[in-house]
Formats: sequence, C-alpha cells, structure tokens
Amino acid sequence: MFPKPIENSSAGVRTGYQIILPIALFIWLLPLLAIFLTSIRPAIDINQGNIFGMPSDFLLIENYAAVFQQSKAGMYLWNSVRITIPTVILAVGLSCLTGYALSVYRFKWAVPLFFVFVAGNFVPFQILMVPVRDLSVNTGLYDTVKGLVLFHSAFQLGFCTLFMRNFIKALPYELIESARIDGVGEFKIFWYLVLPLVKPAIAALSVLIFTFIWNDFFWATVLIQGDHALPITAGVRALNGQFVSQWQLVSAASLLAAIPPVLMFFAMQKHFIAGLTLGATKG
Amino acid sequence: MATNNGNAATLNAPHGKRSWLHRNRIKMAPWLFLAPGLIFFFIYVIAPIFESIWISFYAWDGLGPKEWVGMGNYVELMDDDRFYTSLVNNVWWLVLYMLAVPAGLGIALFLNQTVTGIRIYKSLFFFPFVISQVVVGLIFTWFYNPDFGIVGIVWKFFGASPPAILADEDLVTFGIILAGLWPQIAYCMILYLTGLNNVSPDQVEAGRLDNAKGWKMLWYIILPQLKPATFIAVVVTVIGALRSFDLIAIMTQGGPYGSSNVLAYYMFETALSEYGFRYGYGSAIATVLFLIMLVYISFFLWRMYQDEKG
Repeated sequence: MFPKPIENSSAGVRTGYQIILPIALFIWLLPLLAIFLTSIRPAIDINQGNIFGMPSDFLLIENYAAVFQQSKAGMYLWNSVRITIPTVILAVGLSCLTGYALSVYRFKWAVPLFFVFVAGNFVPFQILMVPVRDLSVNTGLYDTVKGLVLFHSAFQLGFCTLFMRNFIKALPYELIESARIDGVGEFKIFWYLVLPLVKPAIAALSVLIFTFIWNDFFWATVLIQGDHALPITAGVRALNGQFVSQWQLVSAASLLAAIPPVLMFFAMQKHFIAGLTLGATKG
Repeated sequence: MATNNGNAATLNAPHGKRSWLHRNRIKMAPWLFLAPGLIFFFIYVIAPIFESIWISFYAWDGLGPKEWVGMGNYVELMDDDRFYTSLVNNVWWLVLYMLAVPAGLGIALFLNQTVTGIRIYKSLFFFPFVISQVVVGLIFTWFYNPDFGIVGIVWKFFGASPPAILADEDLVTFGIILAGLWPQIAYCMILYLTGLNNVSPDQVEAGRLDNAKGWKMLWYIILPQLKPATFIAVVVTVIGALRSFDLIAIMTQGGPYGSSNVLAYYMFETALSEYGFRYGYGSAIATVLFLIMLVYISFFLWRMYQDEKG
C-alpha cells in the first residue's frame, strides 16, 4: 500500500492525521456548507451582511417552502424527472443491444462501428447543436420533453455502448458458444444468458447516466424554451434572475437541484464509482 | 476466446435447409441487435457532425434560405477578435484545467489510508463532482462577489479593497477555471483512488527493501502502475476543458466584453444571438472546436486500437 499505512506511524503522526482529515474536508466542502447555511437564513441576515456567520434564525422549512410557492421549482424538478428517467431506460436498454452485438459477434464492422460510438461520445456539443435544433424544430420535437429525451438517449449511446461492449467482452465467451451448440437462438442467448450477467453494468450505467442527464444544462437551453418542459438546472438559472439578491432562496433552489444526484450517488456509490473508473484500472 | 463465428456457423450447418434468415442468423444477428441504436445514433450524432461542417459554408439565419458563402465564414473568423479571445481562453482552460490531475492525485494519496470512517471521507471529497455545474457556478459567483462573497470578506479582513473578479477582464477567466477545477479535481481523485487500490503490494514492498521512499517511490514505482488512471484523468480533463460551457453561461455569459468567452460559449452565443441567428458562422466556430477535439479523439482511438490488437 502506498503511501505508508498511517497505523504503522508514531502516535503523533496518527493523531495529526486524524485532526487534519476533518479540517481538510471542511475547507474542501466550504462552498457547500456556506450555501446550505445561507439557504436557511432569514433575508435580514443577508441585508445586514451576516453571510458567513451563524444564521440569526433557522428557517429551513420556511425558505424551502418559499421556493416552491414563489417559483415553478416544483414543476422544474418534475420535468427533470420526466427527462432523466426515460433517457436512462432508453440509453441503457439500447446499449445492451449494441454492446452485445459489438462484443459477441466477430464481423468485420465490429471494431470500426465500435470506434464510431466511442468517437461520437467525445465530440463537442456545439458541432451537433445547429442540426439537432433544426431537426427538432422541423419534427415538432423542439420545446418538448420527448425531443430532449430522444436526443439525450441517442447521444448517451456512445458512452453506454463503450461501457457495455467492454463489459460483455470480459464475460466468458465459452458460455455463449456452448449455448449455441445446444441450439439456443441468438436472441434467447442474449435475453436469458447475457442480460442477467450484465446487471452490474446496467446498475453502474444507470446511476451515471442519471447524473449526467440530471445535470445537463446545455441541451436544456438549446432545445427547451418554455417552463412546461424546462429541467431544474435551467430552471435554477431562471430563478436566479427572478430572486435577485434573495440569496437565501437562490441557495435553497440550488440545493434542491443538487439533491437527487447526490442521493443517487450515496445510494449506489459502489456502482457509480465502478462506472466512472471503468478502464482506469485496466488497459 | 479462440473460436470465431465461422465455427459456430458450421455447427449450425446441419439445419441448413431452413429459411434463408435462419441459415444466416449468425451473420444477420449482430445487425438486428445493432439496428435501433445505430440508426438512432446516426440521426442524432453522426449525421449532424457532417451537416454542421456543411452549414459552415453557408450564411443562414435558421429561417430563410441558405446562402452559399464558401470559405466566407472562416475568412471572417480570421479577423474576429472575439474568436481569438475565445481561442486563447480555451488554451488557458486546457493548460490550467490540467492542474486537476496532480491535485487529484495529491488528495487521493492523502486519503489512501485505512483509518476509521475513511470511506465516508472519500465519498464526501467526491461530492463536488456529483453536483450540477450550474450550482457550482452560482456558488462561486456568490463567493467572488466583492460585497457579499468570501473574497470580499477575506480582502476586507486584511484591510484591502476586494477585487471584482468576475468583472475584471484579466482575472475573470482564471476565476471561472478555479470554479471548474473544484469538481474536476474530485473526479481525478476518484480515478486515482481506484488506481491506488490496484497497486501491487509486492512491488511496493520490493521498493521499500530497495530503500525507495517518498518521492522516489511515487515516481518510479507507483506512478508507472497508475498509468491507466492517469490516461483516463487526462482524457476526461481535456474534454472537460474544451466542453466548458455551463460555468461561463452561469457566471459571466462570456463577459465582461467577451473577455471570458471560450469557443463553446461563443459558438452558442453567435448561433442563437438575440440580434438574429447566425447558424452558418456558429457552425464554422463549432467546426474549429471539433477539429481541435479531433486531435484528442484520434489519439484516444489510436490508444484503444493498440489495446484491441494487443
């Protein structure tokens, strides 16, 4: 193990480490703590310049309720759910198929097509912006949740296919081979044999894509105009304009936007990290 | 994985008198599995890349007819000061964003211990990455506020008058990059923590016997084993730097006077400008950004190709 395990060090070093650890964390998360404290402050604190001290009153429920009452935050959050969940299902579902096709069958297009998915995953959003916006306008998908879901799913397929293909490739090929010899159909092999084995990959991808899509801001700005379909990330920006200098409400709204991915991360931490670091441990 | 489909197909041959589809199912199967995803990906990702490049040779407001201008948009770019400012800022982003890699490694080394509660610490350190950049941007905008922000408080504490970082043409880009580094460092940290988990203890022990410690150990024994983590960290950091959009849109909208613009934001601003859409010119900027990214994409694919072969 590197660095040297701290338990082999002198008592002084150990205590020092135990003291520095929380201090370092405190500094690292200071921005978040500050925004949380602000979100429960009364407005008068901010006007009097009490911004980083203790709040003079704790208005946790009042401030958060005010965000929902005075703005469309509730609707924005619901829109984010309506955008994120179908995207996760569509992108992860389709990538099981593409990943399977590109890993189990060895045909001459397998590697070139795989590279197309990988390369597509890395392109800057701006090179897609004008045609995708134009396509959405022409097909009546502009300014709809459906339009955003379709685009997100298609784009995330790049990353999902990369992930799935590598995951399935690492499964023992003999399993599939022996099923074929037994005369099991190709789709049955996929459905009954491979799919149960890729469950961990599905879990990892789902949490990752959930976070990516929930946090998307660019495409929401490009493809959505009205409040009826605006997700919370773009909504928070709108609120920022609406609640001018009411920092306690802006902070509360920001934290509301951040909570779902944070909960997702904590609930599925193992899968989340496995997803992010795939490829970082091998190759 | 020595056997290939050829063998499987021969094994199926005895049933060969059935329908054509049945006989060719091994050949057809991958295309049936691929079709939905591939078509979808083609419509929304692959085709738009070429369309954008095509549109960059036109003048187009998105509504009326397109007008062919050839290299006109690119010629205009050459004389566009805002384009150069964006380009220079992109270079700053690329260079300074790279600090996330060593910083992430530093934090990972600091946290790679087994004291009680360390797992919670690791997850909490990772926190900034999970949060939307919109929220990160709002937090830092507020921090940088000379009247209300932490910058104001610190400067006033020392009796100095605080700088308005986001209103200062020379400082603004660095202020935004610093905000972007916060989640990016967290990302690199998690990559390295996983990498450190897989460092071979035997080699570390062998190194210790050879009296390697501290920096020497890190440089000669640990870092070579962390190469895969470093590779991914560099790739995601480069892409993150070139994709920087959210923070700029939230914190400054490219201002003051375009001084914090980057190509990604400048393209958006031009294409969907309030003074009339300029799809053609925007697409030309996007094409330049794409070509820059293509260098990295090619490098990544080349690396992957080497792995596939080996």
